[in-house]
Amino acid sequence: MSEVFTKSMARNIYFGGSVFFVLLFLALTFDTTRATPERDNHAAMTEQVALGKRVWEENDCIGCHTLLGEGAYFAPELGNVYRRFGNSTDAIVAFIKSRPVEGIPGRRSMPQFNLSDEELQAVAAFLKYASEIDAAGWPPNIQG
Amino acid sequence: MKYSSQAVAKPYFIAAIGLFIGQILFGVILGLQYVIGDFLFPEIPFNVARMVHTNLLIVWLLFGFMGAAYYLVPEEAERELHSPVLARALFWIFLLAGALTILGYLLVPYARLADMTLNDLLPTMGREFLEQPTITKVGIVVVALGFLYNVGMTVLAGRKTVVNIVLLTGLVGLAVLFLFAFYVPDNLVLDKFYWWWVVHLWVEGVWELILGSILAFVLIKVTGVDREVIEKWLYVIIAMALITGIVGTGHHYYWIGTPEYWQWWGSVFSAMEPIPFLMMAVFAFNMINRRRRDHPNRAALLWAQGTAVMAFLGAGVWGFLHTLAPVNYYTHGTQITAAHGHMAFYGAYVMIVLTVISYAMPILRGQQAADPRAQVVEMWAFWLMTVSMVFITLFLTGAGVLQVWMQRYTENPLPFMVVQEKVAIFYWLRELAGLVFLIGLATYVASFFVKGGERAMGSDIAVDTA
Repeated sequence: MSEVFTKSMARNIYFGGSVFFVLLFLALTFDTTRATPERDNHAAMTEQVALGKRVWEENDCIGCHTLLGEGAYFAPELGNVYRRFGNSTDAIVAFIKSRPVEGIPGRRSMPQFNLSDEELQAVAAFLKYASEIDAAGWPPNIQG
Repeated sequence: MKYSSQAVAKPYFIAAIGLFIGQILFGVILGLQYVIGDFLFPEIPFNVARMVHTNLLIVWLLFGFMGAAYYLVPEEAERELHSPVLARALFWIFLLAGALTILGYLLVPYARLADMTLNDLLPTMGREFLEQPTITKVGIVVVALGFLYNVGMTVLAGRKTVVNIVLLTGLVGLAVLFLFAFYVPDNLVLDKFYWWWVVHLWVEGVWELILGSILAFVLIKVTGVDREVIEKWLYVIIAMALITGIVGTGHHYYWIGTPEYWQWWGSVFSAMEPIPFLMMAVFAFNMINRRRRDHPNRAALLWAQGTAVMAFLGAGVWGFLHTLAPVNYYTHGTQITAAHGHMAFYGAYVMIVLTVISYAMPILRGQQAADPRAQVVEMWAFWLMTVSMVFITLFLTGAGVLQVWMQRYTENPLPFMVVQEKVAIFYWLRELAGLVFLIGLATYVASFFVKGGERAMGSDIAVDTA
């Protein structure tokens, strides 16, 4: 870089630029916090859904699945599994419940987590809640 | 070595390499589970192996960053480290906490671990990359605070160079943003929104400051180019990194229930995120071309060049590939993301840690540079790991493109698992490339044990002035 462009100019761009864009980001965050209630399906957030989220977390479901596209890419997307399973929480419960303890020879298989009925119902309710978040039309189709 | 307290960096670097080996072994296990679904099932299910793989990566990079700081901060500040005793104590605390956490993942089911560590008191577990038990997270904060105090006191009492200030800024940012790991709202949208404040603002924000300052330090030492010139570049690079990267966080806010204007903010700003990486590559090669000395440590120079190029390819180019909202609509959460993640982490953060280790380790072991024979082995390791990582990325990209096509883009989309079986050949090839990476890593470790005869010190410069 030429002599015209000095180190203190570079430093000013760094400080000025960072501060400006931090403030811009905070402003956008503020607006997002204001606007999300229109999309985040918070009306459906019951205690059962909160418990379901905890069950989801404490069994590290995100370690294999994606949820709204985030997570691991080893197992299907679950942000729309409620719809994929025919809008049925029962189908979700039945699937989780029926996983073989020893897996399936040669194939990927979900572990048997030995969840209680309450936990099963809760995690299914959580996935139903997640499927009703307005995710701007994502995923592109039912396969996730 | 200029200051005896720089020696505390050595155990940090050794631990980093040790955990790196663990990370890659679990990577190979994961790669195999992609094609032999029941491999190690149910003893080590995929999610557990993945936690070990990603958490080891984060922990060993943190060891590397801390080692780098302990090495370069005293040299830049021109004084001894504030407290070498604290640095050594924190090393053992961090290593023990890390080891116990990994053992916890492997020895008991995750839900039991959550139970044993009283996750209910302050639930923070079970989010990607932040799976550590709450007690471990508290430990990380304690170690980070002690570390920042130690390094900060050294910087404040000594010469304040741009390298030191930028490094310290990056490290403080790392610690502060980690606090969002404790915020886990029930509202899934807000949970995801602030989760990225740790993950994105680390790797596409403050970590770039750490990366830039370490690279600048090594280039000052190895090329002998005037500090003023390098510092000017450093300012411009990190300025661009933050100007593009902060609002660039928006590229994670397209499909998680946040307002749709993020599709514009995220696309426009993250499309510019390759700029700082391109500048970094131009900068590194420019400085090396203008070098005023021929440093005997050629391996370190190679790592520095490699970092600049691979960070640009992995973080810059592969990031750009799927960052625009209309593209990301189809690629979000596919193997494309995995491809980008692998090359970006390797190119930017693994390689910068290996760069500083390559430069500092010989000095910590009482030489200016490793024996030329050892350097040749190290450079073989460089090429084996780097080329195999390019292939891992290409194969995952192949898998990802097919996945997008079959599962997302066609008229009659196929189910996830059906598609996974159809693209299995790419996973096999990725696994092969992964094994080559493991061989490269073994070669890397071996390079530290290659013994040479007595060698002449570089003729023009002695260690102390290097």
